[in-house]
Amino acid sequence: MTPILDVANLGIDFGGLQALDDFNIQVYNNEIVGLIGPNGAGKTTVFNLLTSVYQPSRGSIALEGKKTKGKNTYQVTQSGIARTFQNIRLFKDISVLDNVMVAMHNGMSYTLAEAVLRLPSYWKQEAAARRTAMDLLAVFDMQGVADAKAGSLPYGAQRRLEIARALATHPKVLLLDEPAAGMNPSETAELMTTIRSIRDRFNIAIILIEHDMSLVMGICERILVLNYGLVIAQGTPEEIRNNPLVVEAYLGKKDSDGKKGIQAS
Amino acid sequence: MTFLYQVINGLQVGSIYALVALGYSMVYGIVNLINFAHGDIIMVGAYCAWLAMMKWGAPPWISILFAIAFCTVLGMTIEKVAYKPLRKSPRISLLITAIGVSLFLENLAQLVFTANPQRFPTIVTLPSIQLGSRQLSATTIMTIVVSVFFMVVLSFLVNKTKMGKAMRAASEDEATAQLMGINVNHTISFTFAIGSALAAVGAILYCSAYTQLSPLMGVMLGLKAFVAAVLGGIGSIPGAMIGGLVIGLAESLTKGYISSQLADGVVFGILIVVLLIKPTGLMGRSMNEKV
Repeated sequence: MTPILDVANLGIDFGGLQALDDFNIQVYNNEIVGLIGPNGAGKTTVFNLLTSVYQPSRGSIALEGKKTKGKNTYQVTQSGIARTFQNIRLFKDISVLDNVMVAMHNGMSYTLAEAVLRLPSYWKQEAAARRTAMDLLAVFDMQGVADAKAGSLPYGAQRRLEIARALATHPKVLLLDEPAAGMNPSETAELMTTIRSIRDRFNIAIILIEHDMSLVMGICERILVLNYGLVIAQGTPEEIRNNPLVVEAYLGKKDSDGKKGIQAS
Repeated sequence: MTFLYQVINGLQVGSIYALVALGYSMVYGIVNLINFAHGDIIMVGAYCAWLAMMKWGAPPWISILFAIAFCTVLGMTIEKVAYKPLRKSPRISLLITAIGVSLFLENLAQLVFTANPQRFPTIVTLPSIQLGSRQLSATTIMTIVVSVFFMVVLSFLVNKTKMGKAMRAASEDEATAQLMGINVNHTISFTFAIGSALAAVGAILYCSAYTQLSPLMGVMLGLKAFVAAVLGGIGSIPGAMIGGLVIGLAESLTKGYISSQLADGVVFGILIVVLLIKPTGLMGRSMNEKV
């Protein structure tokens, strides 16, 4: 089986600082991969590289075998990588429905003239996009607030809308940057179910950055641990939990018996 | 009747200001630039129509299409050549460049067409309407109707099409818009194209009303439309429309009831008052600087 996303020896320097080095990962379809590490370890940098917000200093990223080097962010999105943000970045002044429809921009091919003259191609495509967007909102139980301004939604709903909007770009790989940030335990549990169902329903790979260990350990099949821009461990949740290097990165030193590891909170 | 007459005159000039103000506002919304060359695009549009009609003998509708097409291309070219290379520079560099482009166009026009004003031919020859003791010209009615039509089309474009949604998304958050698969360069280009096309329409309506054109005609018109955009809340599309109409009415009523010489003073007085009392304008969004 070939991986959907194949990242080899990826690295980037900011001035003299090696923010990320020798980062390798193969992600397969339908996989949920976790990316964890202390603050400043380079997790969000990985996402910024994958979406071409930064261009790498070294290494390569291939999506379905095609290199993304030199592509712009919007081209990477078009070829199938979507993301959400640590600090929510919705278009706050426009409606919930329009937020989703903005992301479906590339699915519509009508021209300016067709729109101004209101030809059938315009109506059909807009209507189809609207239906798809409403279906997506329904997945997140948000069809009732479609006309509200995105900025007026409560926090949890804004997080869900960000995921819905990212899915509207028809990604093959979805990057979630701290989806559970600011959520309480019951919301986090609900989010876990949502993430799993998204994966099953849309048949995509998901990479997520998260500090909430219950979520990471609960749904990721594989976890990578970053520290100071380097991968210090990878494996199943069980392996990571018991890896002494990981414990050291998080806690500074081993527990006296050296076995206890990270507790799922 | 005099009052109604002044109001209709105000709406005429106001709807021209509104068309021009839309160009300022849309461009500001998306690249945070007060495009001071926008007024001069109006002047170029006026000369295009004049050239086509008076020098080449083209029928009015072809001349109008030519002016719109030329301005659209000119607006996009200015963006590509002058503004795009500076997109990541401080905003003041962009502003100075815009003033440079403006001076360039004004002086180029003086070189090519001389500084003497030219007479603009009549496009519509319909009978005027009697309003009490006053005559209301067909041009007045046409100006209001055409402006309203273009504003309706623009509202539809901005609110109901993917291009409009891309514009609104890019004006709110460029980086995120890119992550939604939107080609922001195209969107910016598109915004300049629409703004410049509206400027050309404004040019023809303006010249029809005042029947003359000169290389510096865009300066005052551009400034007043800029005041209209600020009054409405720069960056806001409905704001630009309302701002334009309010400025037009203020000007016309001042001329009618106080003094013609005070009209410009009132317009710029409004700018000062807006900046002092409500700098975000009537419909502008509050400026939360991102941290």
